[in-house]
Amino acid sequence: MATLLLADHHEDTLGDATAKALTAAVQIGTPVHILVAGKSPKGAAEQAAKLEGVEKVLVASGDHYAHGLAEPFTALIIGLMDGYDALVSSSSTTGKNILPRVAAKLDVMQVSDISKVEAPDTFERPVYAGNALQIVKCSEPKKIVTVRTAAFQATGEGGSAAVEEISAAEDPGLSSFVGEELTKSDRPELGSAKIVVSGGRAMGSAEKFKEVIEPLADQLGAAIGASRAAVDSGYAPNDQQVGQTGKVVAPELYVALGISGAIQHLAGMKDSKVIVAINKDEEAPIFQVADYGLVADLFTAVPELREELAKAGK
Amino acid sequence: MKVLVPVKRVVDYNVKIRVKSDGSGVELSNVKMSMNPFDEIAVEEALRLKEAGKAEEVVVVSVGPAQAAETIRTGLAMGADRGVLVKVDGPVEPLGVAKILKKIVEDEKPGLVIMGKQAIDDDCNQTGQMLAALLDWPQGTFASKVAPDGDGVSVTREVDGGLQTVSLKLPAVVTTDLRLNEPRYASLPNIMKAKKKPIDERSASDLGVDAAPRLEILKTSEPPKRQAGAKVGSAAELVSKLKNEAGVL
Ligand SMILES: Cc1cc2nc3c(=O)[nH]c(=O)nc-3n(C[C@H](O)[C@H](O)[C@H](O)COP(=O)(O)OP(=O)(O)OC[C@H]3O[C@@H](n4cnc5c(N)ncnc54)[C@H](O)[C@@H]3O)c2cc1C
Ligand SMILES: Nc1ncnc2c1ncn2[C@@H]1O[C@H](COP(=O)(O)O)[C@@H](O)[C@H]1O
Repeated sequence: MATLLLADHHEDTLGDATAKALTAAVQIGTPVHILVAGKSPKGAAEQAAKLEGVEKVLVASGDHYAHGLAEPFTALIIGLMDGYDALVSSSSTTGKNILPRVAAKLDVMQVSDISKVEAPDTFERPVYAGNALQIVKCSEPKKIVTVRTAAFQATGEGGSAAVEEISAAEDPGLSSFVGEELTKSDRPELGSAKIVVSGGRAMGSAEKFKEVIEPLADQLGAAIGASRAAVDSGYAPNDQQVGQTGKVVAPELYVALGISGAIQHLAGMKDSKVIVAINKDEEAPIFQVADYGLVADLFTAVPELREELAKAGK
Repeated sequence: MKVLVPVKRVVDYNVKIRVKSDGSGVELSNVKMSMNPFDEIAVEEALRLKEAGKAEEVVVVSVGPAQAAETIRTGLAMGADRGVLVKVDGPVEPLGVAKILKKIVEDEKPGLVIMGKQAIDDDCNQTGQMLAALLDWPQGTFASKVAPDGDGVSVTREVDGGLQTVSLKLPAVVTTDLRLNEPRYASLPNIMKAKKKPIDERSASDLGVDAAPRLEILKTSEPPKRQAGAKVGSAAELVSKLKNEAGVL
């Protein structure tokens, strides 16, 4: 039951999502090979080779793999799938973009966003914004699975897999990359941070969002998240949206500031270990999942919180 | 150019769903149903293209039970020109829907298909990518901006690191993200007008598609409930609890 795992990477560095998806991939079928496709992703491939339990790393280099475009990636993966019984990736936007395209080409129904591997052909996955859990059995000739990384521990290092260059497939020429605007930040990545501080509509403006959330996040060494309302209003970039249709996170500590706790938001953070909510409405649904709730105006409570954290050595 | 918009009938996003106690699924009887929110965004985008003179006709299509005609009517009331209902009883998975949509595309020959990125019931996020694959068309998923020009379309996509813009050859499949637009409400006169707009009825078997589910749902259960914790009185108490009780600082 050989499994091909599609890596998430930034050319020189391998994303943490790959190590988490690997944990699921190993449970689905071994040996696991990791496919690292990019412009020239040597660094990422070397890091992939160090992950425990990986037998081989396949590297495909080419300009048409520089931006994760679904059409050339699909052509590449289809050419490899004869040798594999399963294809796995994280539920990153890249994985979500590419895997269903491969699945349809293979006439296989994909299992999306699994949160547990019950057996090599049986998976748990959340539906209805996480308000129900399905146990799904997949008897397809090949299994195509995306993995909710927040639900899996990262596999550690200690491996030394062979790294093999494979030839690039032809670019079908249907799509081309035009440009990108990436959010720059020195803070931890939202998907893998131990602490996340999120702001909602209550912030009122992009300036206030920055002024209130950033210093607190820096003090805690936290990643920044946001509700849909905050993103829609332009207070925070789209890649910070936490929720059913944004990112799903499960940090040690999630701090929700001025977020009401709509089910679509809870879907993205309710598996956090400890949840703190500050909201001036004591009836806000976020308090139903919060371990520690503070009913207060966040514009006075957050500065106080920062002072207390400083006193506590943070 | 004709624009085809697939729309799914789903449990309204405001409804707190209930899992059936026998584990056989989610309670769907007497529950408010609506058009999947991402599909409303897709209809809106198609209408804006038409209003901008970039599209001539907007056709909405739904795969589902007879009641999916209501979802199509919603699209017609927003301003779409006509509808196609492909009747299927029982659940259809994204691969089955994509196969049916492929047949409709072959009939209708749209220049662009705009659909939701994700249905909020199954949370699959697959159908658009699958349809694009079956047609061998390019795909622009998770779109926050769609700009057709000439024989191509430029699509700005919401990706994990920010925004990415790609250029696709037409015909293409685009899937919508939340920031693409704010869908309009149907006005009363338009709701009345929509009643007269045509809905063509088909079935999966007329189209020659086997849309039987491939996956077996063994069980549906409620997720473990999270217990609400305690309210704290001050920032000082909060920090002390986080440090000494929760141990997360
Ligand atoms: C298809 C679909 C997908 C969606 N996906 C997502 C998603 O992925 N993620 C997501 O977050 N949402 C999502 N939503 C939106 C969701 O339903 C809510 O609308 C959204 O989460 C609300 O954001 P909010 O809590 O910031 O705003 P609001 O609900 O407006 O809440 C603001 C809160 O701030 C409090 N407040 C105001 N002023 C202060 C103050 N000075 N101090 C303290 N508290 C204050 C208020 O009491 C209130 O509770 C989705 C919706 C749909 C339809
Ligand atoms: N039964 C259906 N009828 C029409 N369109 C559908 C149907 N199911 C899914 N779609 C479309 O595919 C999108 C993604 O759905 P999914 O892949 O199920 O998350 C939806 O937003 C719709 O645009």
